[in-house]
Amino acid sequence: MAADVHKKKGWEVPNGSLVPTDGQPMERSESPTPGLVQGTEPGAGQEGGMFVHTRSYEDLTSPEDGDVASRSPEEGRGDQADQTSMAHISKDFSELSTQLTGMALDLEEEMRLSQENEMDLSPQTARRDSARSEKEDEDVTMEAWRMHQKHVFVLSEAGKPVYSRYGSEEALSSTMGVMMALVSFLEAEKNAIRSIHADGYKVVFVRRSPLVLVAMARTRQSEQEIAHELLYIYYQILSLVTWTQLNHIFQQKQNYDLRRLLAGSERITDNLLDLMARDPSFLMGAARSLPMAAGLRDTVSTCLQQAKAKSLVFSILLSRNQLVSLVRRKDQFLHPIDLHLLFNLISSSSSFREGEAWTPICLPKFNSSGFFHAHISYLEQDLCLLLVSTDREDFFTISDCKHRFQERLRKRGVSHALLEALRTPFYSVSQVGIPDLRHFIYKSKSSGLFTSPEIEAPYVSEEEKQRLLELYQYLHSRAHNSSRPLKNIYFTGPSENLLAWVTSAFELYMCYSPLGTKAAAVSAVNKLMKWIRREEDRLFILTPQTY
Amino acid sequence: MFKKNMAPRRTQQVRAGPSTEQSYVYKVVLLGSTAVGKSSIAFRYVKNDFRESMPTVGCSFFTQLVCLETATIKLEIWDTAGQEKYHSVCRLYYRGANAALLVYDIARKATFARAKLWLRELEKEFLHDEIVIVLVSNKTDLAAQREVTFEEAEEFAKSRSLIYMETSAKSNHHVTEVFMAVAHKLLKQEQQKESALQHQPWKKSRVDLREPSNQTKKCCMN
Repeated sequence: MAADVHKKKGWEVPNGSLVPTDGQPMERSESPTPGLVQGTEPGAGQEGGMFVHTRSYEDLTSPEDGDVASRSPEEGRGDQADQTSMAHISKDFSELSTQLTGMALDLEEEMRLSQENEMDLSPQTARRDSARSEKEDEDVTMEAWRMHQKHVFVLSEAGKPVYSRYGSEEALSSTMGVMMALVSFLEAEKNAIRSIHADGYKVVFVRRSPLVLVAMARTRQSEQEIAHELLYIYYQILSLVTWTQLNHIFQQKQNYDLRRLLAGSERITDNLLDLMARDPSFLMGAARSLPMAAGLRDTVSTCLQQAKAKSLVFSILLSRNQLVSLVRRKDQFLHPIDLHLLFNLISSSSSFREGEAWTPICLPKFNSSGFFHAHISYLEQDLCLLLVSTDREDFFTISDCKHRFQERLRKRGVSHALLEALRTPFYSVSQVGIPDLRHFIYKSKSSGLFTSPEIEAPYVSEEEKQRLLELYQYLHSRAHNSSRPLKNIYFTGPSENLLAWVTSAFELYMCYSPLGTKAAAVSAVNKLMKWIRREEDRLFILTPQTY
Repeated sequence: MFKKNMAPRRTQQVRAGPSTEQSYVYKVVLLGSTAVGKSSIAFRYVKNDFRESMPTVGCSFFTQLVCLETATIKLEIWDTAGQEKYHSVCRLYYRGANAALLVYDIARKATFARAKLWLRELEKEFLHDEIVIVLVSNKTDLAAQREVTFEEAEEFAKSRSLIYMETSAKSNHHVTEVFMAVAHKLLKQEQQKESALQHQPWKKSRVDLREPSNQTKKCCMN
């Protein structure tokens, strides 16, 4: 990866010559309805996707409303078209269930009010004692603390610490004060700070009133990607407290200590940061589906679909952050970000392994003003069932859905086959039959799913795996660079060659041995695409179900 | 099968087959500060095991069958999260409970104060005889760092007529006993209620339409 800038070569592939199903690439900013190309790529679902339609990486980072965008110009460059559909869904939903929360307000109204009132607030100074959890406190003056690859800080607009990835927030309050000063200084000039680049570090700022998120990274990620990760942290906080409550609190009391409310959930945020550093799902903005025979998956999905209840919105079956099945209410779509937050919540706590959990959770991309109630239980060692309900009183009804689902699985005699499939969550890249191919990531944009083989030799050690993901991150950031996006990249490194191909329908990242030639790599694309097409019913969820 | 619903005071009697043994379902809720060992107590009781657990998210639900000599009791155990952000939803979890375990950590005085606050909240929600409350002082394995004395807690419990027990989920001290005490107490209350109905029919609160009532007579006289 060293000195990669000089080794990178431009590479143009005549579109359509490689894969017959791919037509002319379209501009990202066109309408969000699937065009001719999208929806026919390998892995595309037959009856539309399961997720909110996200056409590109930028869609994921696009803010949910215009006001926020104007307050934080660094993130306001998303596809506008998708926002409207998102807003529409949220609106539908808030009409659908008013019992969701007592605080369900018109989001825009609330937003306008919050802006108008912000200046009138008299700061109260009652300092509350925060219930600190036994977070491992690191000495922030030590060299070891400075050596971390990526620091993440969250602070309130009053400059009060909310979260720090390493070290205690108290010890960092003066550092956070400086950060807030930097933000405020530029804002006074009607400007906004986006990033500072110095000495191999990138300091990235994301402003999401009433919070400011700051990352200080020595990684090779682009500024855009670091900002993307910060947004995930922001959404993670929203999923715990809701956007409405967060704003309400800070309207009441500008210098509120948010740590008090977030106490005990730092590890969820810690886990999210760790997960983003090693799971390509976040980079791809998609979910990985667990490979299994299409017939088996369909049966499982049908069982899941039949175990429904009135208040159920989503039934999700997952295994170690891989999607087994997802059933949703008709005309309700899950956003990949929300799904990632759910995956993160489940993987961050072992407490779900026992008993049945029933917890309020906000899905900020779906509806940032209210809580859903999630029923979380493990059916088997690595098989987790997540049932998302709108009614917090419905525990026993939802718990019954779980039992009905298990009962149906047993009656249909697929329990055993399902367990068998869980035992082989990955496939080997050798199945593709391309000798020089080491690894790949293929994302079908219309289904919001991606597939990827097991990471094998030479990427055995954690560092090597990390390095491979960083290479993908690099290609991804080049392909999705907001000012100069690339469609095709061929990258020659010292230890491997990589190829990236981004079209309106799919994204493909391939990693070859360093001995192969570019011509061979290009011809391998065709072969890989054919293989994926052949295996698509196993690798993807082609027939998603609704209640 | 036990019928499930969320109505408060849902103490149902289900006749188990031809035998006269009775079954009851009781809701038990664990309340207390963060990291006092609520989940560990539940885990010890249900699985008889101990592990360092992560903070609970929302709440966890367990069931456990208790077979007593005269009846079978199904305990529905709601293990709540101690974190403040879940405080507002905790009401949802303790509503309709038949018993509450107020858990605190003997090595942290503040958690004892928090348990007292929980008691006050429960007293607002329930009448005195509606709920069995146990004050559980957990982590007796940390006796060296003890901040709340046995006497202090016992006296407090006595003054509010709570059951008081010291436990250690880690060293499996008196955890099962807490739940057994709850089960016995609930059963005793149930039997008292029943016998009160049987032996003192004039005191039963229900109106029996078949019985001629005095009021009709009064009416006629007016």
